[in-house]
Amino acid sequence: MNTCLPGLEFAGVSHAYATETVVQELNLVVPVGSLTCLLGPSGCGKTTVLRLAAGLETLQIGWIKINGTRVADDTDTSPPEVRDVGLMFQEYALFPHLTVLGNVSFGLDALPAETRETTAKAALAQVGMVGAANAYPHMLSGGEQQRVALARVVAPRPKIMLLDEPFSGLDTELRASLREDTLRLIKETGATTLMVTHDPMEAMLMADHVALMHNGRVIQAGSPMDLYRQPESSFCARFLGEVIDYVGFVRSGEVVTPLGSVPAGGAEDGEEVQILIRPEALHLDQETEVGGVKAKVSDQRDLGPHTKLALQLEESGEQFHVNLSGRDLPSAGSKVAVHLDFSMVFVFPVRDR
Amino acid sequence: MLVRIWFSDNILTHQDKSLSVVFATRRWRVNLWQVLPFLIAVLVSVPALVVLVHLAYPMGEVWQHLADTVLSRYVINTVWLALGVGVIGLFIGGGTAWLCANCRFPGRSLFEWALLLPLAVPTYAIAYSYAGLLEYAGPVQSSLREVFGWSRGDYWFPEIHSLPGAILVMAFVLYPYVYLLGRAGFLGQSGSASEISRTLGRGPWRTFFAISLPLARPAMIAGIALMIMEALSDFGAVQYLGVDTFTTGIYRTWFALGAPQAAAQLSAILLLFVFAAMLMEQWSRGRARYYQVTGRDRLSRGIQLRGMSAVLAVIACFVPLALGFLVPSAQLVLWTVESWSEVIDKRFIEYAWHSVSLAALTSALALFLALALRYSLRIGGGWGSRLCIRFAGLGYAVPGSVIAVGVLLPFGFVDRTVDEFAREWFGVSTGLIFTGGIAVMVFGYLVRFLAVALGAVESAMDKISPQLDDAARTLGCGPGQRLWRLHVPLLFNGLVTGGLLVFVDVMKELPATLILRPFNFDTLAVRAFELASDELLAESACASLAIVVVGLIPVIVLSHAVGRFNHAMPRVGDAA
Repeated sequence: MNTCLPGLEFAGVSHAYATETVVQELNLVVPVGSLTCLLGPSGCGKTTVLRLAAGLETLQIGWIKINGTRVADDTDTSPPEVRDVGLMFQEYALFPHLTVLGNVSFGLDALPAETRETTAKAALAQVGMVGAANAYPHMLSGGEQQRVALARVVAPRPKIMLLDEPFSGLDTELRASLREDTLRLIKETGATTLMVTHDPMEAMLMADHVALMHNGRVIQAGSPMDLYRQPESSFCARFLGEVIDYVGFVRSGEVVTPLGSVPAGGAEDGEEVQILIRPEALHLDQETEVGGVKAKVSDQRDLGPHTKLALQLEESGEQFHVNLSGRDLPSAGSKVAVHLDFSMVFVFPVRDR
Repeated sequence: MLVRIWFSDNILTHQDKSLSVVFATRRWRVNLWQVLPFLIAVLVSVPALVVLVHLAYPMGEVWQHLADTVLSRYVINTVWLALGVGVIGLFIGGGTAWLCANCRFPGRSLFEWALLLPLAVPTYAIAYSYAGLLEYAGPVQSSLREVFGWSRGDYWFPEIHSLPGAILVMAFVLYPYVYLLGRAGFLGQSGSASEISRTLGRGPWRTFFAISLPLARPAMIAGIALMIMEALSDFGAVQYLGVDTFTTGIYRTWFALGAPQAAAQLSAILLLFVFAAMLMEQWSRGRARYYQVTGRDRLSRGIQLRGMSAVLAVIACFVPLALGFLVPSAQLVLWTVESWSEVIDKRFIEYAWHSVSLAALTSALALFLALALRYSLRIGGGWGSRLCIRFAGLGYAVPGSVIAVGVLLPFGFVDRTVDEFAREWFGVSTGLIFTGGIAVMVFGYLVRFLAVALGAVESAMDKISPQLDDAARTLGCGPGQRLWRLHVPLLFNGLVTGGLLVFVDVMKELPATLILRPFNFDTLAVRAFELASDELLAESACASLAIVVVGLIPVIVLSHAVGRFNHAMPRVGDAA
């Protein structure tokens, strides 16, 4: 399998603007033909990584390889025009003075004139925009512009595709359909893809691998589900999905929460820890069941795919909200016993916070 | 192992280099795009520096003579001129700007652009017109005498050949600077700011003073600063109206007294005045960011004026338009009709050709330099290039006479040195290589007007999103290709506008031309000045009118932009 070959490789990459360091000692390998997501909150340095890969920023420390060839190190950075990368922006960045066809054929200079147009038209056909070939960008809607931008990126068949939050300017429905088209085209071209996003759902939907960035560092990487199910830090646990959180002290390998005792994992006795519980760890049973924490459903609101429940714990009186999916959820006013599925409960030392 | 991510502090220690080491080892290349701005900036700042250096020279005999006799007059007149033009211009320009931006009255859409027309009239041309209109034998006084049966000495009539006269005529052609910027300041305000003020219980007047005016103030101050800079550089009007200011003083000291050093010292003092106005403009520009153009919310605004207030608004807009453009151009047209058959001959065509060819050459060069400068900044200039561009643009504030002095002194020195050298070693005289030709003129114009081209290119280039550059780069375009395939087509309108503005400015420029021109080399502006100085006003009108007509072109372009700004609507149905 060639999937183990590195397509895009960063080693020891650090980058600073003026005095502010935005990327720190990044080491990342995107295997050939795979789609890796750089996930992180805004300002975590992920866009800078993308710009470094494209050659739009001059590399300061470390090196970058594309398909085994060094394209940048701390003495020399090859310019983007020779790197054979495709970059897709959030703001489409179509050339306003060129038609749609002109935009798509912009990167096809190397081809002879006749092939150029056929290739560009073929790329447009792939995104369903061939009818707009002679239109100008301002005449198109946002979704259409992004389709053209997609066609422009794939037309020269780049080895590396770089996507910078390409769907965040679009509404939900368009986003879904464009996401599918993009995935399909990327797989067709076989390009190695690095995508930047702040949306964990998007990362889980599209990525083969996810690298989570925080304050300029990659703090965890793996498959999307690894990050969701086995977060290595409270930041990761919180960023990837909803959690209910508590703080407590470890006593004889356990920590007591209002929702019951939880195994403390590797934490030592006496240590202060935070306990993060995914909503799906909560199992609500009939009140009559033995064990569990007694609670009352004080409110229930159906949100379609899932339901928002307000639970009030009988013992502590504490109230919180959880989103649960599934039918047959208890109705407002009913009493339940809460059991915890410990595989979806994460315990981290508080100093990690 | 699909994705390998690790922390380098335990694996890749050899990569752990400090930034300073990296920069020290980075290969150093001479990059044309980085050297160019520096060279241009140095070249363009030569005249101002040469002049300023003279402040440090000992003041000579001529200077002593000037100080004893005329210097205080220069200072007082120059200060009054700047203040007077500034205050009157503020009232005319600010008032009309507010009316056109915030009120609705008959003819507003006409006034909106027509109020810019006086920009086409050079200060000297309006001075000639009003001098002719208001002199003893002119049509105004003659009809007064006829109607009332007065004769000489029976009545008092304001003297146009005076400081107040100069202030008034200049204010009426320069107010559009305040109008243009002030109007943008009023229109650029988000309508919601005023609406919120209204909902918070302030009436329209209190809202105006509490919200609209403070928001538009930086723009108006910038406009006043521009007016004052223009007034300080004027030579033709004050010379003709007999007001002694620094510009006339420099001219006289240079030509009549033959004292270049004293002329340079006068120039340096004038430059200090100009710097004061520039600081004012910079300061206001730095604060001008807080107005913001938003989408459609301004379209619904506008106080509907009815009855008396509408009539007053129309009068308030018509008077500046009439006094600044209609009356002086009508006078020029009448004179031209009277004199054209004698004036327009082969020589006139030659003057026109001189003007046009100089203007065309200068604007082409200015555009080229401006494009190179701005583009070099865009493709990776740091604060160094930025500073160079600021420097290259400073020349616009420097009065033409100051630039002329600053150009002639160093080039004259080079010419003399080369000539002496050649005579000593080869026994031949090289004559005047630089100062005798049009090269110094074009250089002087470039120093003065490069900023105009820079401004036009800059504002057009700012609209090009940097992401377009990035996109083009990743699609395989190098720097030269990006300039040619992306920027030049996108900048086209900006380049045309910039070129036109430089063209007209060169056509109008009088003092620099007068001082820098080769012997017996006349242009339209010089010809108009010479004939007017000989009291041949009717004969001079032809050349002035030609300049005004050419000057109308950019004003029309500008007014088109003004109209577009106002009627900015979402593009609907463009797809057809």
